Amino acid sequence: MASQRDIRRRIGAVRNIKQITRAMQFVAASKLKRAQDATLAARPYSDKIDEVIADLAQVLSGEDHPLFRKPADGKRLIVFITTDRGLAGPLNTNAIRFALREIVEHSENGGELSLVTVGRKGRDAMRRARLPVEAHFSGFGDRPTFADVTALARLVTDDFLAGTYNRVDIIYTRFVSTLVQRPTMDRLLPMEPHEDTVGIPGNQFIFEPGPSAVLQQLLPRYIATRIYQAVLENTASEWSSKMIAMKNATESAEDLIDDLTLSYNKVRQANITREMIEIASGANAR
Amino acid sequence: MSLLLEIVTPEKLAYRDQVDEVVVPGIDGQLGILPHHAPLLTVLGVGELRIRKGPEDEYFAIVGGFLQVRPDKVVVMAETADMASEIDLERAQQARRDAEAALSSAYVEPADMANARAALERALLRIRVAERRHHEGPRHRA
Repeated sequence: MASQRDIRRRIGAVRNIKQITRAMQFVAASKLKRAQDATLAARPYSDKIDEVIADLAQVLSGEDHPLFRKPADGKRLIVFITTDRGLAGPLNTNAIRFALREIVEHSENGGELSLVTVGRKGRDAMRRARLPVEAHFSGFGDRPTFADVTALARLVTDDFLAGTYNRVDIIYTRFVSTLVQRPTMDRLLPMEPHEDTVGIPGNQFIFEPGPSAVLQQLLPRYIATRIYQAVLENTASEWSSKMIAMKNATESAEDLIDDLTLSYNKVRQANITREMIEIASGANAR
Repeated sequence: MSLLLEIVTPEKLAYRDQVDEVVVPGIDGQLGILPHHAPLLTVLGVGELRIRKGPEDEYFAIVGGFLQVRPDKVVVMAETADMASEIDLERAQQARRDAEAALSSAYVEPADMANARAALERALLRIRVAERRHHEGPRHRA
């Protein structure tokens, strides 16, 4: 049996851990709030850009525009978003498992594939799986900005227009609620305008300098917006997952402290009893 | 007669109000939009956006924008839109010095070169818009 002093030392250690996990829980909660606010603030722009794309699609659908066309050959690109740091519960593990399943299924169908990763965890996992990572982006931090994703968006758009890829998908963890975060795959390119964001009916816009020129300018921003939204969702998921993980850790620490306190008391009681017996038998022997 | 103007950026809704006129930096020069303008969708250049509202003018520095004129409202989508009164002149001047230093260093990667040029352009624009506020203040019309 551990000595009284050992147990007391362990209780102290667990109490320190509890303090840290509690602090991390509160930090995560406030960062989650900020991430959610950022996601909401980004919505007007992304709704707007969806609407404009829908307007353009109506005008351009007659023409065979490379953005809406699905090229027969070429590789598939997956943009894979994870977090830079760990301690976020099962978030990254789930996302990595989801991505790997998608990749395996795809290669069984005989397709070639490239990867671009955002976040260190995803890159490390893909390297371990010996998958080629074309490019990597990290250091978006707690507050990703639109400027962070523009380089990535440009890379994706340019390579798609050059015909390197025939399809681009993005995998990230969607923030469903504080308790539920789900790995999700969305199609980035070729574009498929949403049914529910049709432009204003019967409204003929004048396009300056022309529909395809506008689209050319708009496309990198549209892609950047989609990626930015995914990054924001992922950040919100990261913090809520971290918050839950830290809450669980704090509760486990409390349980552990209770258990340790119980055994501490038992040991203490046993020691007292032993001393009493020693004193009593000493007195009897006299 | 006024028109509803919205300025949205990926990070926030930057402006939303009834205004009398808005002058935007079009790709081929300034473009003034008054109420009842025909539906239009156009690309904007890097530049200054002027809002006329009653006796006061409001200025924005716009980068990477689009303009959509609809029957019910006018929407400006931009990568960044900074209101003149919110521009940090110190920071813009620092950004300008940084960009100029990057451009004048011995060897610059082509990609960095393009970034530095764009940064310089943005910094100069911000400085111009912010200084307009300092020198002129809101203009009053008769």
